[in-house]
Amino acid sequence: MNTDRIEKRVVLRAPRSRVWRAISDAKEFATWFRITLDGAFAEGRTVRGRVAIPGHEHLKVEMQVERIEPERYFSYRWHPYPKDPAMDYSAEPMTLVEFTLEEAEGGTALTIVESGFDRIPLERRAEAFRMNTEGWGGQIQKLERYVS
Amino acid sequence: MSRSSGAAALKVTDAVPVFTALADATRLRLLGRLSVDGPLSIARLSEGTGVTRQAITRHLDALGRVGLVRDARRGRERVFSLDAKRLEIARQYLDRVAAQWDAAAARLKAFVEVDSR
Repeated sequence: MNTDRIEKRVVLRAPRSRVWRAISDAKEFATWFRITLDGAFAEGRTVRGRVAIPGHEHLKVEMQVERIEPERYFSYRWHPYPKDPAMDYSAEPMTLVEFTLEEAEGGTALTIVESGFDRIPLERRAEAFRMNTEGWGGQIQKLERYVS
Repeated sequence: MSRSSGAAALKVTDAVPVFTALADATRLRLLGRLSVDGPLSIARLSEGTGVTRQAITRHLDALGRVGLVRDARRGRERVFSLDAKRLEIARQYLDRVAAQWDAAAARLKAFVEVDSR
């Protein structure tokens, strides 16, 4: 069974240029992703910010932009969820997030892949459950959804 | 530790007792050590933790009851190692991250489709 990788595919009813801007423009990305970011995306550049969801603003975000191929592909590395603000993750492996755009009937097909989870220490992944029971707000209801 | 979320946490953990067993920093550290250096004796697992052997034993037994670790006798010692449930942790974690991406993709969809109608 694969525990290393997540893949999501969604068809957006919007032109490819519109979807590309929403992903590759840091201001637009920050808006729908609900984070703040301190600069524009460029290959090799690290962009920092915070979660913009009320109650979670103490959580830091750091994206190391990997590759930008206009209107087709955007990738970055980061430390995945969950992020305990008291922890220093800098020495730990990161996951790779990739956005790929393709033409689709009626719009644009977007594939999102996040990979590299198997390199994240197991206890760090288990940390997600501890943070939940210590009050990670609405996450607990989501958890109930998949266990029921 | 858990405060107001206790009641909600209980409902979840009734269904999946593995989460209760994981909701403790000492147990997470034990799991971490076993995933890197296991199998290990109680004496080795207690070293440098500042926690008594008796307490470590109770934590290990709690992890054992939900199938996260198993123990074997080595002479007079009990030796612990990680059990198959590690896969369940990895899978549940991935489900959690996947749910976050579902939500993010839905927000992106609403964001770009609003302009394109």
